Amino acid sequence: MSLPKVRVPYLLLFPGFAFLFTFFILPIINLAQTSTQTPIKGGDTGQYQQSFAFSNYIHAFTENKEQFARSFVFATLSTLLALAIAYPLAYAIAFKSGKFKNILLVLVVAPFFTSFLLRTIAWKQILGEEGFVVPGLRSLHIIGQQTTLTSTSFAVVAGMTYNFLPFMTLPLYASLERIDPRTIEAAGDLYANGITAFRRVTVPLSMPGVVAGTLLTFIPAAGDYVNAAILGSPTSKMVGNVIESRYFKIVDYPTAAALSFTLMAAILILVTLYIRKVGTEELV
Amino acid sequence: MSKKVIDASIPTIPVKARFSRWFGRNLLRIYMIFGFTYLFIPVAYTFVFSFNDSGKSNLIWKGFTLRNWQNPCGAPEVCSALSNSIKIGLLATTFATILGTMVAFAVARYSFKGRSASNLLIFLPMATPEVVLGASLLSLFLLFKINPGFWPTVIAHVMFCISFVVVTVKARIASLDPRLEQAAMDLYANELETFRRVTFPLVAPGIAGAALLAFSLSFDDFIITNFNSGTVTTFPKFVYVAAARGIPAQANVIGSSMFFLALALVIAGQLVNRKKIR
Repeated sequence: MSLPKVRVPYLLLFPGFAFLFTFFILPIINLAQTSTQTPIKGGDTGQYQQSFAFSNYIHAFTENKEQFARSFVFATLSTLLALAIAYPLAYAIAFKSGKFKNILLVLVVAPFFTSFLLRTIAWKQILGEEGFVVPGLRSLHIIGQQTTLTSTSFAVVAGMTYNFLPFMTLPLYASLERIDPRTIEAAGDLYANGITAFRRVTVPLSMPGVVAGTLLTFIPAAGDYVNAAILGSPTSKMVGNVIESRYFKIVDYPTAAALSFTLMAAILILVTLYIRKVGTEELV
Repeated sequence: MSKKVIDASIPTIPVKARFSRWFGRNLLRIYMIFGFTYLFIPVAYTFVFSFNDSGKSNLIWKGFTLRNWQNPCGAPEVCSALSNSIKIGLLATTFATILGTMVAFAVARYSFKGRSASNLLIFLPMATPEVVLGASLLSLFLLFKINPGFWPTVIAHVMFCISFVVVTVKARIASLDPRLEQAAMDLYANELETFRRVTFPLVAPGIAGAALLAFSLSFDDFIITNFNSGTVTTFPKFVYVAAARGIPAQANVIGSSMFFLALALVIAGQLVNRKKIR
């Protein structure tokens, strides 16, 4: 090629990065700017001016700390549940499925294609009053006559666990599949029993998958509001619900921006700490 | 043979022990069946209720009918929402795949100044919650007095799909055997020819996978779309709004068809791949 070689990577990067800069970086900067604005005195609703009101953050946080806490608790719970459900599933696909491996892998992703909203609403109807699960459990006296499954925190966590399960399973599978079975055999040769070999060989070698999977589940879960809106109740609202309603119902852009920024910062800090911690454990 | 002879040669294992041994050996397979059942319960439910002879709200089973499948556009707005989703999905997929593939080649094949910063820029959109992506982009559009609608939604989808395309294509490039390209060069192919005849065909399945991923992410997106689409209704948006007053069974028909269509596509792709490998 006639181009000087040094320029090639930059030419390849330019269109994509120009796009990301304009529609990702600039909006985030603009969001930061919006977060410290205050209403214009005598202006219409939705009109704001810059006044560097950092107190917006304090107000936004103290008014919604319950929803913040709930977002992180729900996201953590559904990430752990998804990990517990997905690990054996990914393990089975990677080591026990023989020639069906590719088909099973497709099946993990397949539910995606039925809209996730349709599936979430399906869960709502299955677990709702008219569904067959609740009357069944009631007649078996497993749950009380007044107990409901939907409109609870339990339903929100269950819905998120379900919806993000493929995001957990795929990276786990990818890292488990890469393990050379001979390393596990070698552990057996060195007198490790099945459990020890699993704990000392399989699990450490699958850590990249665990990290990727937990991140891909935790990040969307912490910002999610659809599960809480469909499966939850007013008392199980998450920070995503607050941001959404501040934007659309109250047109309180500064508070919505401050909440978004706080959420993003909190997630980035947690993710960095997590990667650092897991990274060091991996080295030991 | 009498029973005694068998007893003498092979000590029989009690049924209970035999069962627990079988169970232990197949525990993971049994678990796999449960796992997939769990994944597919709502898919099956959606499919079954697409045959429901329901009126407006599809909550209770009222009897079997094929009417919904014969007339999938019967409910108002379902098909216009679907066609919006498909248009947005195709446009966003095309742009995101082209831009993302170029970026993937740059970061996978070249070492240059600012490479780790580039990787960070690719990772950040994936580490940002969708509400933040949607809300911040809407603020930008409002700042420049651009009304949310069709094109802002396409832009939003391209933005969050690029990173996923980069990651997928990059993984494919990294798994290539460099000796194949070296061989092409040894056979006097120049750089462009090597790329066109060797590298690109080898990376193509990765690009196809990335495009499929981008389309499904775009087609199924609700949160970012809800912020940036204004009055344009996409299929997920239609379902969300309709959920309050009951979803028409036609939505189940569309959801189920998408499922079978995608499944058929993926399986066909796998078969083609397998033939090529042979």
